[in-house]
Parts: sequence; C-alpha cells; structure tokens
Amino acid sequence: MISNNKIEELEAVARKLRIHIIQMTCAAASGHPGGSLSAADLVAVLYFHKMKHKPNDPGWEDRDRFVMSKGHAAPVVYAALAEAGYFPVKYLTTLRRIGSSLQGHVDMLALPGIEMSTGSLGQGLSAANGMALASKMDKKSYRVYCITGDGECQEGQIWEAAMTSSYHKLDNLTVFVDHNKYQIDGKIEEVKSLAPFADKWKAFGFNVISCNGHDIKSIIEAMDKAEKVKGKPSVVIADTIKGKGVSFMEAKPLDFHGKAATPEEEKQALSELCKIKDIEL
Amino acid sequence: MQDKGHRIVSEIKKLATREVYGKTLVELGKDNPNIVVLDADLSASTKTALFAKAYPDRFFDMGVAEQDMIGTAAGLAACGKTVFASTFAVFGSGRAWDQVRVSVAYTRLNVKIVVTHGGITTGEDGASHQANEDIAIMRAIPNMTVIVPADGVQTEAIIREAAKFYGPMYIRLSRPKTPVHYDKEKDKFKIGKGVVAKDGKDVTIFACGLMVAKALDAAKILAKEKVSCRVVDIHTIKPIDKELIVKCAKETGAAVTAEEHSIVGGLGGAVAEVLVENQPIPMVRVGIKDMFGESGQPDELLVKYGLTTEEIVIAVKAVFKRKK
Repeated sequence: MISNNKIEELEAVARKLRIHIIQMTCAAASGHPGGSLSAADLVAVLYFHKMKHKPNDPGWEDRDRFVMSKGHAAPVVYAALAEAGYFPVKYLTTLRRIGSSLQGHVDMLALPGIEMSTGSLGQGLSAANGMALASKMDKKSYRVYCITGDGECQEGQIWEAAMTSSYHKLDNLTVFVDHNKYQIDGKIEEVKSLAPFADKWKAFGFNVISCNGHDIKSIIEAMDKAEKVKGKPSVVIADTIKGKGVSFMEAKPLDFHGKAATPEEEKQALSELCKIKDIEL
Repeated sequence: MQDKGHRIVSEIKKLATREVYGKTLVELGKDNPNIVVLDADLSASTKTALFAKAYPDRFFDMGVAEQDMIGTAAGLAACGKTVFASTFAVFGSGRAWDQVRVSVAYTRLNVKIVVTHGGITTGEDGASHQANEDIAIMRAIPNMTVIVPADGVQTEAIIREAAKFYGPMYIRLSRPKTPVHYDKEKDKFKIGKGVVAKDGKDVTIFACGLMVAKALDAAKILAKEKVSCRVVDIHTIKPIDKELIVKCAKETGAAVTAEEHSIVGGLGGAVAEVLVENQPIPMVRVGIKDMFGESGQPDELLVKYGLTTEEIVIAVKAVFKRKK
C-alpha cells in the first residue's frame, strides 16, 4: 500500500512539473503545453516512484527504460529529468533555443536520460518493444515504459508494434495511453474515433487496465497491476484532461496543443498551479 | 564475363550477393553473440533464414511490418545490440523511410539495414518491387552510410566491415547471381574508399553494384578503339570518396557514371555533386532514366532500360568527344 505521505509527495512533484511546463514553454514562446500537462502525473509517478534509474549515471545498464512516444510532450520529460537531478532546473528555460539540449521533440543524442528520439508519431512503441526484447535476451530485469498519445494511436505503426508486444509476450513492458481525448484538429471522436479503444488493445493481445491519469493512487495501482501480469504486455489507458491544472487550458484544449501561454496567461496559470507549500519555487 | 585482361578471377563464377550475405551473417553470429537479425517476412529471399536457423534466439521475424521492424531494431540497438534488419530494398528504404530517418539515423543507432532485390534486376515482380530510387532517398538522410557492393566477394568483406562499424548503414544487395570479379584473398575493401578496378587515362567510369562488371567490359571494348578507360568502383556512395573522384577527374578529364538505379540522385548525382563543386568536367550518367520499370527477366530489363555495356560504351564516346 502506498502511504498518503508518498501520494502527497508525488502530487507535489507533479505540480512542480506542471509549473516547469508552463514556464519553459512560455520562455520558448512555443511548444506543447496541453499534452505535457495531461501526462504530468504519469511521468511524476514513473520518475519519482516507479522506475529504477540513476540521475548521476544515465547509462546504468540495469535502469528501467522510458520512451516518450508522443515526442511533443518533451517539456514534461525535461521537467522530470531536471527535478530528478539529471541537469539543473534553471536549464529548462533553454527549451527550443538554438544550441540547447532541450529540443522541441526529445532527442536521445542531445540529452542524457532520453532513451529514444521521437517526434514522428507512432514510432516509440516499436523502439520500446526492441528494448523489452533486449532485456529478455540479456536476462535482465529492467522494465520498459512507453507513453503514447491517444491521437497517436491513429498511426498504423502503433498497431504493428502492439502485435509485436503481445506476440513476444513482453510482460516487461507497460504502455500508457495519455487519453486526453483531443488531437490537433479537434476531439478525437470527431476527427477519427478510436472506439472501441480498450477492445482494440484487448484484441491485440494486451492486458488492458484503466486508471484516472490525474489520481496518483489510481496510477500506481494500475502500474502495480500491470507488473503482476505475466505472459502478456499491459496497457494502461489513463483517463486524462488536456491542459490539466490550468483552467483556461482545460477549457480550450485545442488552443493549447502546440501553443504556449502569453505572458498574461502565464501569470494566471502559475497562480493556479502554485500552492503555498510549493512557495520555494 | 567474357573478357580477359582485367581483374577477372573467374569467368564462370557467379554469386548472388544476398546468398553471400546470409552465409556471412551466420559466420559473424558464431563469434559475435551481440548480433541480432530481424526480417519482415522475407527471410527466405533475403537469406536471413540461414541465420534464423543457426541462432533462433537471436532472430526475429517481424512479419509484414517494415516500419515496426525498423523501430524494433532501433530499440534493440539502443540496448547495445548490433542489429541487421533485412527486407527488399523498396520496403527497407521506401516503406520505412521515416522510421529509418527518426528512429535509426537521427539517433545514430547501430542498425544495419541490409536490403536485397535492389534495382531493376528484381525482375518479374515488376515496378512496385524494383527499388530504383533507394540510393537517392537513403543518402539524403544525415548519419547514413550507403553501400552498394559490386559482387559476392566484396559483399562478404563489406558485411564483415559493417559488423565492426558503429552506426546506421544501408547496404543494397541484388536478387540475381552476378559475376564475381574480385579476389577474396587479394582484394581488400574499406568503407568509404573507392576501388580503382582498372586504370586508364582518357575517361573515368564510376560504377557501383552489378554495373562495375559492365564498366570493366566496356573499358575492354573501348581499349580496342584507343579510348583508355579507368574504372572506379564506388561501392560506398555515402560518404563518397571525394578525394579519389577529384583525382580521377583531374587525371582523366571526363567521367561516366553507371548504376542500376535512377539517374536522379544516386551514384550519378553524388559524383556530379563532387565534380561540379571541385573539378567540373564533361560527364554522362548511365542509369534508369527517371521512369518506372516493368515485369520481365533481369537480363531483358537491363537491356530495355539501358543498363548495358553498350550504353556505357556510347556514354564514354559521347563524353570523350565533349572533352576535346
């Protein structure tokens, strides 16, 4: 059982990640806040509770691997890496600047801690499969985690990869779908519906788990359940809200898929996200 | 090969480069447990089936899913494996181009994309299966090394080198058996270094793949007409051997390129880029003239699409005239 203290601690981390997401995308005056905010709780639990990793030794052989398949959610990954100690937090504001390691979409050669470069949607799950296969071939115990977007699941390669995950019984792989229900052109169900979404994953041989993607306890329980299932891969469909934590982004998620807040909006966003206990930020 | 006098080891010996690939992989797999091989439902044709049989634990048939194969290869390579991923050239280059670009080349991962059935000699399967554009689209990707071996002996050497070389590579092999003109004992090859297969002073023929043999034949015919041809095998199209190309341009003053590929963007394009910027000289490209192929036997297609010794002879004469 996870303690309430741990849950509160992770909630605070997620809040910090959200603050960084707003600040760094505003500093860059571009980027993808909506889909970064929706994944913040998942990423907080992964980096600060679930994954075995060593920020001072990013190449540690036995580390768990994390692939952000929706590469445009780079800000949330950078925020987590910085908070975990991979690099100084103040470097976050170099996001998208020329010469920065914080590329618009994650780049594994630019930044230690990034396991796979992504950006062209649909590719991350195949790479995650390769890592999970390597883990098994080498008789290692590391797990592989992969976050995909829901809109991303319109890519055919996701389903090619899903067949690979289940055919090779990759029970050391947990896939998360950041199911925030929006894509650039509109609501997913109005652009090209994924329904029946859970059934699709089931049909492709996955153990399907649902969770509230903004409830730390629910996320942890889902991850724990996924790990216990042997002989097949698991997918956690995380019910999330695009722009989570910032009222005006939640209200107009399409306006903040690939656009940063204005300086005025930034103030409002930060005032909503900052609680007294985070005052040291 | 009907001519003697250049580096012909055997007049009758023919080898399919894909066959050599499969056998070489098996040998490499013996000493190097880190090699993993992937295929996309074509292992019987690409000959990775030989590796699959020898080392079933290190072979994955990814099914009819080239994009997923390339992505999986990237993941395996990210965990330290040396990955050979094979399919037909059209699919390895075209179908999975974006996956090669983002998951393999952008990441500079150790994935060797070794494709077979390159070019028009794929034959009866027709235009959809004839990769005549693959060299162009692969060499446009940063971090890629692109190689087209000339024969079976060179293929073995290149595959062995590839296993030692870190980084993404595209190696293009052929379907039919082609003449062997290199000597396994004597001839050594280095990635990125062209081979002067025959010396000459009037015109240089830069060739790759099965056109190297035809260039050597053309040189023999032209020698009778008092045109001295140098034949240079540019097996590595990227990074191209700029130094050798410029040297040949200076020494011979005219160039012909010969490749089993479109004249757009392949060896001809790569050589032209080097020449125009460094040592402009008259040049003619022999290759497929920006068109799709069709079904037919490989030898018939080579003739119909202008990939012959005679075409090279005509091109050399034309360029030789312009030189004067």
